[in-house]
Amino acid sequence: MASKELATVTQGTALRPPKHGWQYAPSPEGTDHFKLKPRYELFIGGKWVEPQSGKYFKTINPATETVIAEVAEASAEDVDRAVRAARAAYDTVWSRMRASERAKYIYRIARRIQERSRELAVVESLDGGKPIKESRDVDLPLAAAHFFHYAGWADKLAYAIPGRRARPLGVAGQVIPWNFPLLMAAWKLAPALACGNTVVLKPAETTPLTALLLAEILEECELPPGVVNIVTGAGVTGGAVVNHPDVNKVAFTGSTGVGKRIQRDLAGSNKKLTLELGGKAANIVFADAAIDQAVEGIINGIYFNQGHVCCAGSRLLVEESAHDTLVRKLTRRIENLRVGDPLDKNTDVGAINSRMQLEKIQELVAAGVSEGCMIHQSHAQLPSKGFFFAPTFFTGVSQSHRIAQEEIFGPVLSVITFRTPEEAVEKANNTHYGLSAGIWTDKAAKVFWMAKRMRAGVVWANTFNKFDATSPFGGFKESGFGREGGRAGLMPYLNAEGV
Amino acid sequence: MDTRLPVEKTYKLFIKGEFVRSESGRALAVPNESTGGITQVSRASRKDAREAVIAAKAGWHAWASKTAYLRGQILYRLAEVMEGRRAELCEARTQAGVSSDEAREEVDLAIDRTVHYAGWADKISILLSSTNPVAGPHFNVTSPEPTGVVAVVPPDGGATLLTLVSTVLPVIVSGNGAIVVAPERDPRTTIVWCECVATSDMPAGVVNVLTGLRSELVPQVAKHMDIHALDLWKSDTVDAELAKSASVDGAENVKRVKVRDAQSVDWASDDAQGLSFIEPWLELKTVWHPVGL
Repeated sequence: MASKELATVTQGTALRPPKHGWQYAPSPEGTDHFKLKPRYELFIGGKWVEPQSGKYFKTINPATETVIAEVAEASAEDVDRAVRAARAAYDTVWSRMRASERAKYIYRIARRIQERSRELAVVESLDGGKPIKESRDVDLPLAAAHFFHYAGWADKLAYAIPGRRARPLGVAGQVIPWNFPLLMAAWKLAPALACGNTVVLKPAETTPLTALLLAEILEECELPPGVVNIVTGAGVTGGAVVNHPDVNKVAFTGSTGVGKRIQRDLAGSNKKLTLELGGKAANIVFADAAIDQAVEGIINGIYFNQGHVCCAGSRLLVEESAHDTLVRKLTRRIENLRVGDPLDKNTDVGAINSRMQLEKIQELVAAGVSEGCMIHQSHAQLPSKGFFFAPTFFTGVSQSHRIAQEEIFGPVLSVITFRTPEEAVEKANNTHYGLSAGIWTDKAAKVFWMAKRMRAGVVWANTFNKFDATSPFGGFKESGFGREGGRAGLMPYLNAEGV
Repeated sequence: MDTRLPVEKTYKLFIKGEFVRSESGRALAVPNESTGGITQVSRASRKDAREAVIAAKAGWHAWASKTAYLRGQILYRLAEVMEGRRAELCEARTQAGVSSDEAREEVDLAIDRTVHYAGWADKISILLSSTNPVAGPHFNVTSPEPTGVVAVVPPDGGATLLTLVSTVLPVIVSGNGAIVVAPERDPRTTIVWCECVATSDMPAGVVNVLTGLRSELVPQVAKHMDIHALDLWKSDTVDAELAKSASVDGAENVKRVKVRDAQSVDWASDDAQGLSFIEPWLELKTVWHPVGL
């Protein structure tokens, strides 16, 4: 059946996809090479312990709405146990260990992640809904690379801050989001451990599984008990982690709203804080750009990981003279995006992470329509079960529209026009956020002129959504403070001050 | 015998390169320890604070767009002007009750610290930038930029000239615009120093000074949404409670807030200067570009 359709199309006059997209034979990634446990406990002091409350919550596959496993819900008492385990490990083992030995443990973790990468990638897609090709080709390699990069820093900290003494902070409390679950755990754990801190990590409630598999890996690596503790749960658990009086350092990645609350809660404490929060990045396309490359960059910028990306290029600023061409190309391009089973190796856009997130996306898209913006949506047939949303973009968007102001965190792009570079700068920076920006032009001098004026921590020029363990990532303004990656990523975990 | 009546200085706010009275018309009496009299200084209002933010924003843009070399030269020029006005700076300190010897020693330290920071302007980026060896065909470079508008609440009750330059200069040397909530006990010294700033070729608005009651002014700068960072030194006129409430307010726009205890620093020592004082008021920007034919 599929081959017949394919034949029809290739005999046609143009390489235009049929109205409802191409048909593809399923190509699912296997799930028979590993076995998940029906229930996961908390990982505290190197042991798997039951939550004191006896409470568990279910984690579901957002593509099928079926339960994958039960996960312990940590209470404040459990968090206290975890912090005490981390403190003991800090005092007796980790802060006293030779830095080169610390490095070797972290190298081990990097290697084990590489060895078990297929299993981790599949579980990541099962639990979170992201396409397997992204889990496999982006999340997993980057997670391993992050541990590998920071392992090597452990015995070179003096070189990172010449003229100043590098000391660890103590116990770090880390709260991570659901969009890149294992990768965010790696971004948090690797520099913390390299600098000699011990950790209590709280994964997101909708995507706890890969962090728990990582705990198994830490056991396999024989990491000393208590150096990393993993407590699962929702906001209450996270609150207990960041507000625990014996935590010296708090690192949070998530929404700006929660980030502000944490900053308020920590006021007057001596805890060191870093925040990586939301974004509303401008992806700026000049008429002199290589337009087909820009189209790919725009698609990657907003539909990568279903748009569940804090640095997503969710506002397309296009030079007026290129608008019609670009919109025509985008309209065609989104029809070619394959939406569906995250485990299918051909899938481009997987499942929305949760029902709550899907409803938020639906609400903001409805606001875009009711405010008078023109909606363009892929005709992809969505699976009947699970949480899915078709790739969407809006034209006729002005800066005051909600869809141009608020972070949608979904596969929804707003197209805005500009006439001059100065206007592009003004519009790009007209947001409380400042995480990332994209610039597309063939003129190198214009790239640097624009990049200098972007109030954003990461600027991608003629590319988008690139990440690397050596490359600092983090925001300006209300997108937070502190950097992850490279030398700069050590600073949040060191006491490097003269004072 | 002929006596000559001295001409007294009027102490005003310093906003956008101009010495202006508070729009509120309010004044604050500050004792002059060397004459036994009092000085009336302007008691800045919320509206003055807002004006200072507008000025600092313009100052930041003008200052950050200068070359690092020029910023260094202007800060060095500030040291030259301070050297020329040593007597006046000393007098301001003695009016706050410091002995002449102590005042002279402090002014020397303050000038030398200014020279120290002048030299930082074109070295910050050298030390904090990196080209990052990413695993792919991309050029990738990270470099520091000023955070933007920074409110500085310097220590009060100690060596107020030395602590003023030691806290304000590391903020502005990288290109930030500053709003200084002057030491309440000794606002005169800050204003005399502003006269040095005003003749140093520094663009208007880089340094703006509010004198008045810190209990009024600190919450206002902490809440202002166009201020990006807050450098708060706990001392005589900023207690833990005021510092904490300012930190809470600062979270509303994710300000970079640093609260430190003025007593924890030996201000006369070389430990009270350098990169660790500059670094909190910087943002790192990373730029990617593909490499290929």
